[in-house]
Amino acid sequence: MGAGHAHRLYRHGHSPVHALPPHTKLAAAFAFVVVVVSTPREAMWAFALYAVLLAVVARLARVPAGFLLKRLLIEVPFVAFAVLMPFVAEGERVQVLGLSLSVNGLWGAWNVLAKGTLGVAASVLLAATTELRELLLGLQRLKLPPLLVQIASFMIRYGDVITDEMRRMRIARESRGFEARGVRHWGVLAKSAGALFIRSYERGERVHLAMVSRGYAGSMPVIDEVTASRAQWRHALALPCAALAVCLLGWIL
Amino acid sequence: MHVPDGFIDAPVSAVTGVVAAGAIAVSLRGARRELDERTAPLAGLVAAFIFAVQMLNFPVAAGTSGHLLGGALAAILVGPFTGVLCVSVVLLMQGVLFADGGLTALGVNITDMAIVTTVVSYAVFRGLLAVLPRKRRSVTVASFVAALVSVPAAAVAFTLMYAVGGTTDVSIGKVASAMIGVHVLIGVGEAVITALTVGAVVAVRPDLVHGARGLRQRLRLRVNGELVDAPAPAAPVAARGSRRALWLTGLVTSLVLAGFVSFYASADPDGLEKVAHDQGIDEKAEKHASADSPLAEYGVRDVTNARLSGGLAGVIGVGVTVVAGSTVFWAVRRRRDTGVSPASTANPSA
Repeated sequence: MGAGHAHRLYRHGHSPVHALPPHTKLAAAFAFVVVVVSTPREAMWAFALYAVLLAVVARLARVPAGFLLKRLLIEVPFVAFAVLMPFVAEGERVQVLGLSLSVNGLWGAWNVLAKGTLGVAASVLLAATTELRELLLGLQRLKLPPLLVQIASFMIRYGDVITDEMRRMRIARESRGFEARGVRHWGVLAKSAGALFIRSYERGERVHLAMVSRGYAGSMPVIDEVTASRAQWRHALALPCAALAVCLLGWIL
Repeated sequence: MHVPDGFIDAPVSAVTGVVAAGAIAVSLRGARRELDERTAPLAGLVAAFIFAVQMLNFPVAAGTSGHLLGGALAAILVGPFTGVLCVSVVLLMQGVLFADGGLTALGVNITDMAIVTTVVSYAVFRGLLAVLPRKRRSVTVASFVAALVSVPAAAVAFTLMYAVGGTTDVSIGKVASAMIGVHVLIGVGEAVITALTVGAVVAVRPDLVHGARGLRQRLRLRVNGELVDAPAPAAPVAARGSRRALWLTGLVTSLVLAGFVSFYASADPDGLEKVAHDQGIDEKAEKHASADSPLAEYGVRDVTNARLSGGLAGVIGVGVTVVAGSTVFWAVRRRRDTGVSPASTANPSA
């Protein structure tokens, strides 16, 4: 992938957060989410503090708030689910504006909304400040099996190619007057999917042959080993450590 | 169906994480046997295909549309091991990159959407093919049923995980009926599209469909006036030494985690109710969230100690998963081994 193919999730920049090695960022994001998930839901202020922590990181990474909020929209289906929760959950009920709501359901909805939103925000920040290839190197550095990392990297590299192929097929269908309106058109879509599978599989075989002819013997050479200094680890882990302090406070208070 | 962070409590997330890691380790080995050194590019491209196909919306009715989950499709087209790998990689990338599904819920998501759908659909598919006549149409029919069953199976698996580790006490009956009801409908769409897609591929490149390999005509040679089966090319035989160690380690780890971790966790589902109880917020704190659920009869209703019953439920859950999973893998492997052995014995002499 050349420079022109940078992913739309990534936001190019030269901030201190961008400069951190990818595996430290991955570890930090994961630890942060674990800490958030294990915080008691009654400590509402703790979640506010977490949000402040993430806002500080976003500020350091110079990721604008609008970008972050727009990406948070992915959560919408679960927000809908959380809104339903107070109506269907068991337990004692309270009257709010004439509606009978379950107390447990309200807590549950708050729990899912707060933790889910913070988790999504953390992943969005991670993806916005780390290039795709770096992310894969980081995963490899964190001892994910190399074969899995290779599969993931092929998926990322060819994801756009396959998606574009699918789009070309759609344009071809539409330019011939096809419009999928109902169940009767499933057959056409399925045939497209079948053709797409054959094309992807055959492309995979060609890619493999090309790799073999360039000396591939089952493992990818690591050309740019990423390493992190102690200071970089310290910077990256500042976020989960601060979160851990908040979490402990939440348990004590 | 991507589960976000905070929806399933920490111990269950950890246990499913271990289950997912074990299944991925097994599939990495299995996929090498299915694809050998072409694993990385082919599985990568198939994962990209699954990723693309999940974006292919099909209109259902009245303006709504659904999309494929792809577990069954992957299992039938490229084999169960590669299928698990591909769907897992898609989920991993969706979690890390697109924030679709929480990072801590990765284990839950992979277990639910990659492992359960793929294993269930492939088991159903193989079972049906064994019964149905050896024709192309059978492959289509079997993939229809396999996909139809796989989606509600994932919903059931989700409900089970929710029963053990859900963070809200919506009654399990309601969750089950809502999840399974919706997913039976989704399953119908998934089934039709999967069957048609498999049919389309079988019509053009039957050699690519892993599930239809049994249908291929054996090459027969006429030697001295009579027909003889040509020796099949030797299939690569994977190293088998450390498989048992791997299985045992995985099993013990999951049992310990399920038993001990939920032993501590289930008395206070991620600690919340304990705090609530201490502070007098919640009156019914001593009840475990699933204690009055219809699923509590799942072996542990008579056990009054909440911790013990939670731990037991965890162990039973892991046990059932492992037994079901290994039966399927074992059955599949035996089929393949018997298919391979004549070739591998015949080859040195040939």
